[in-house]
Amino acid sequence: MFLINCPYCGERDQSEFSCGGEAHIVRPKQPTELSDDQWAEYLFMRKNIKGVQFERWNHAHGCRKWFNMVRDTSNDKIHAVYKMGEKPPVE
Amino acid sequence: MTKYRVNKTKHVDQTKTVSFDFDGKSYHGFEGDTLASALLSNGVHLVGRSFKYHRPRGIMSCGSEEPNAICQINEDTDLTEPNVRATEIELYEGLKASSQNCWPSVNFDIGGINNFISPFIPAGFYYKTFMWPKSFWKKIYEPLIRWSAGLGKSPTKPDPELYDHKHVHCDVLIIGGGISGIIASKIAAKNNFKTILIEDKNILGGSTIFQKNENYKINDKYSGEWLNEEIAELKKLDKLIIKTRTSLAAYHSYNYLLAKENISDHLPLDKRNGGIRQRLWKIRADKVIVATGAIERPLIFNNNDRPGIMLSNSVKKYLDFYGVSCGFNNVIFTNNDSAYETAVSLKEKGISVEIIDIRKKSNSEIVKNAEQLGVKIYWNSTVVNTFGLRKINSIEIMNLSEDGSNVVGDKNRINCDCLALSGGWTPMVHMHTQSGGKLDFREIDQTFIPNEINKNHINVGSCNGDFELEEIINNTNKKVKNFLKVSETEFDNISILNSKELDKRNLWLLPNYISEGKCKSFIDFQNDSTAKDIKLALREGFKSIEHVKRYTTTGMATDQGKLSNMHALGIIADTAGVKMGTLGTTTFRPPFTPLTFGSIVGRSVGKFFDIIRKTSIHEWHIQNNAKFENVGQWKRPWYYPINDEGLHDAVQRESKAARDSAGILDASTLGKIDIQGTDASEFLNRVYTNAWSKLEIGKCRYGLMLNEDGMVYDDGVTTRLGENHYLMTTTTGGAANVLSKLEDYLQTEWPELDVYLTSVTDHYSTASICGPNSKKILTKIFPDKDFSDDAFPHMSYQNGKIDEINCRIMRISFTGELSYEINIESKYGKSLWEKCIEAGKDFKITPYGTETMHLLRAEKGFIIVGQDTDGTMTPIDLQMDWIVSKKKYDFIGKRSLYRSDTIREDRKQLVGLLTDDPNEVLEEGAQIVSDMKKKPIEMIGHVTSSYFSPNLNKSIALAVVKSGKKMSGQKLIVPMENKNINVTVSDSVFLDKENKRINA
Ligand SMILES: [Zn+2]
Repeated sequence: MFLINCPYCGERDQSEFSCGGEAHIVRPKQPTELSDDQWAEYLFMRKNIKGVQFERWNHAHGCRKWFNMVRDTSNDKIHAVYKMGEKPPVE
Repeated sequence: MTKYRVNKTKHVDQTKTVSFDFDGKSYHGFEGDTLASALLSNGVHLVGRSFKYHRPRGIMSCGSEEPNAICQINEDTDLTEPNVRATEIELYEGLKASSQNCWPSVNFDIGGINNFISPFIPAGFYYKTFMWPKSFWKKIYEPLIRWSAGLGKSPTKPDPELYDHKHVHCDVLIIGGGISGIIASKIAAKNNFKTILIEDKNILGGSTIFQKNENYKINDKYSGEWLNEEIAELKKLDKLIIKTRTSLAAYHSYNYLLAKENISDHLPLDKRNGGIRQRLWKIRADKVIVATGAIERPLIFNNNDRPGIMLSNSVKKYLDFYGVSCGFNNVIFTNNDSAYETAVSLKEKGISVEIIDIRKKSNSEIVKNAEQLGVKIYWNSTVVNTFGLRKINSIEIMNLSEDGSNVVGDKNRINCDCLALSGGWTPMVHMHTQSGGKLDFREIDQTFIPNEINKNHINVGSCNGDFELEEIINNTNKKVKNFLKVSETEFDNISILNSKELDKRNLWLLPNYISEGKCKSFIDFQNDSTAKDIKLALREGFKSIEHVKRYTTTGMATDQGKLSNMHALGIIADTAGVKMGTLGTTTFRPPFTPLTFGSIVGRSVGKFFDIIRKTSIHEWHIQNNAKFENVGQWKRPWYYPINDEGLHDAVQRESKAARDSAGILDASTLGKIDIQGTDASEFLNRVYTNAWSKLEIGKCRYGLMLNEDGMVYDDGVTTRLGENHYLMTTTTGGAANVLSKLEDYLQTEWPELDVYLTSVTDHYSTASICGPNSKKILTKIFPDKDFSDDAFPHMSYQNGKIDEINCRIMRISFTGELSYEINIESKYGKSLWEKCIEAGKDFKITPYGTETMHLLRAEKGFIIVGQDTDGTMTPIDLQMDWIVSKKKYDFIGKRSLYRSDTIREDRKQLVGLLTDDPNEVLEEGAQIVSDMKKKPIEMIGHVTSSYFSPNLNKSIALAVVKSGKKMSGQKLIVPMENKNINVTVSDSVFLDKENKRINA
């Protein structure tokens, strides 16, 4: 059970949050211009890293805000949280 | 006093007798006893039979590591519980316990026959023996294994007891109330940290508390005496919460821990008074200090499992703590100094004891002490066999060769009634590893010790590999000071005297003159796996410890291998010729000791199992005999039987009434999302497949929402209330997910849009009135309003008032009938409903439930998302091309509608099905085939909705069928268990294709 530092509310128990998968996958602005392969890349392909991973999280049972998290999946260490639209921290 | 109760101790009150039953026989013990100590005080060692071979087994330990004394308690009551360790149950008046793993009795056990056929039950025997023939598994093998395995009986009735959950935060959590835990707690609490100390026993002090030996002193006091004084002081500290009878179950990441507090398990059944039985503590601690101690290792040699063979320190605890001597003719078998403390304790009480030591010598103080007391010691020796049917009566010993790989010389037989084993100590690193910590292997005493990397927890005492008193106290003091950043403590300058162990020797598997194949050297006592099994597994090619563990079932019993894991690893390392440190350990998973289901679920049982949502009209439904169905968390009226009408008759009646005159449905559960903002129209354009910009204020439109993969996700009618204001409805079950999804897009993909979403599902109640007479009923409710088609056309909305109460009226239809929905603030929902019923009286307005609603919409061919779709249907598959805008540049899922897979023509597509026999109603979910002769028969689709339509007087069904669009008029077959039903593919709209009724 992580302790997650919501950028809007502060530290809360993991049970208040839900994970929305890999972060920084931008929805293409012109989907119709994309080939099947390019669209499939956006739609289906996700990394599943053992190590440092960028993830989307939602404070679902709190402020309902989405934000990003840098988490090491091998030891669940949370390196950073930052708001949507902000640049990911450089390690 | 029984003859085995040789010693008065302050922990057991020998003035207070407690009577209890074990295996149907009555015994007496005292207050302060455990079931195990009370049994031993009565000379009872034999408490069960082993799992595989049904060998007699006795009490082996005094704690949670106990592999043998597993009981069923209070059988034939609602409170019965299996898999309880006798070493952990505090004795109470009237306790009834029975051996679990034996039939018909411990003394005569029919499964003992397995012992003689044991050559046929080797490692992996489950996988080898019970494989063929396959049909035997379910009816013969599985029941046989379960029956003879004796895994206890579950209670048959609901658990009558109460369980509780408690959430707490603290600065420092200390796990374990032994000497190091006490020292750590004192430092933490005295330095103003909010501290919690949990201890699984009912008193603090661990194994030091009964220590009274000249060789172990602190500040010139016996270590036990010193610790008692420390505990007394500790209890006065106000920054400290002490929880005894509380065992740690799990140590999760970020210092989140679960602990189970036993509140009434130690009380007689008639004194529990319906209070809380167990409380699960959910603790978030800033810092955690693990002080869980160490478990004594047994030794692995031939026939090391007879009743009367115990762990050495347990023998000492039974004597010094409970006053019970486990035997009068004791032999201690050891490889280390700690067992000599047991010998000294026994000897001081005048009880006979001899020692077999595999070491060549030891010159420590405690060994000299034992020698001075006249204890006979056999150096460089090992036990090669044991004797005694139901209890040990003698052993055979031999000398060890120089390198310990073999035995030499003559056999020497020694009589004994108790054999105490000490193979050294294993730090309880379970908590450390559960928290994600790694382990290092220490060669000198062959132990895995914590390698600390987590900044927020430390391990102190013997769980950290510190076994000697001086090390324990000094290292605990030093580590805790560092951890809590404390500069000085009362433990900085204390004088400690302790005997130091200088000589060590370890042999994981002791050698024997008997060939290995004929030795029964048990490693896992609970699962009956032997050294031979492990070697066999290695010969058969298993290399990974995780594989060997599963193949031999070593360490997989309810004790999770607390006694067996190290020996299994050691034997693997020796056999394979590798270093033990390189093997790694198996994974320790929570819970450390078993948890009751009750403590896990806490109060969330019965009506608190899940949230129940009711509409404001719920009471009326109950008064009018509604049968309810669960839709998500909602209770929705399913149908309203009159007298003893069944589902079918009620639904036929309700459906007919709705089309012939008027019906009314409680539609309050539909999800409602209030959408506002200057970009609201643009937002709807992006989330729905159809166009929204041109929808006039006051008009309604049906919308279909896709996932980005093009599959239908939700649907519903959205109404434009104002220039920048919409009210969206969603399916009942999808409401929460739709809101989340829309929020996600707004916040992450389209933050530039000025749109605000608010869930208003609970804010409004909705009465939906349909049928040819609905307009007349609405006119009665709103006499001032013009309901003509010109003034109030289909798919439009108007505000209305009922007695000064504002409401919204939408003319929309999910049944294909002329239909209106009235939305009103929820607190007026019931009065609105009653008003509608009153106004509809003259037209025999009929309340209908979800079943009739489903039937009516199926007649009209309207889909239900989640019933006719399953996350693999595009709008094109549903033949709903009309709702997909060709003009819009983009919307969620648009690009996916022309992926190579979604444009395939042989996808499953929605069609209607008519049975050749109009009275035959298909089963929903039934498979559809076109050719019964071609084998294997190809399933080309399935039935999604099926009803008998009273309005069409025939059976109708919706189905998804491969290439169904092109199949109109084609004959298909729905094969059932006992017949094949012939059907014809039809249009999915069965009634009123021309939409005349909506404007009737
Ligand atoms: Zn938040």
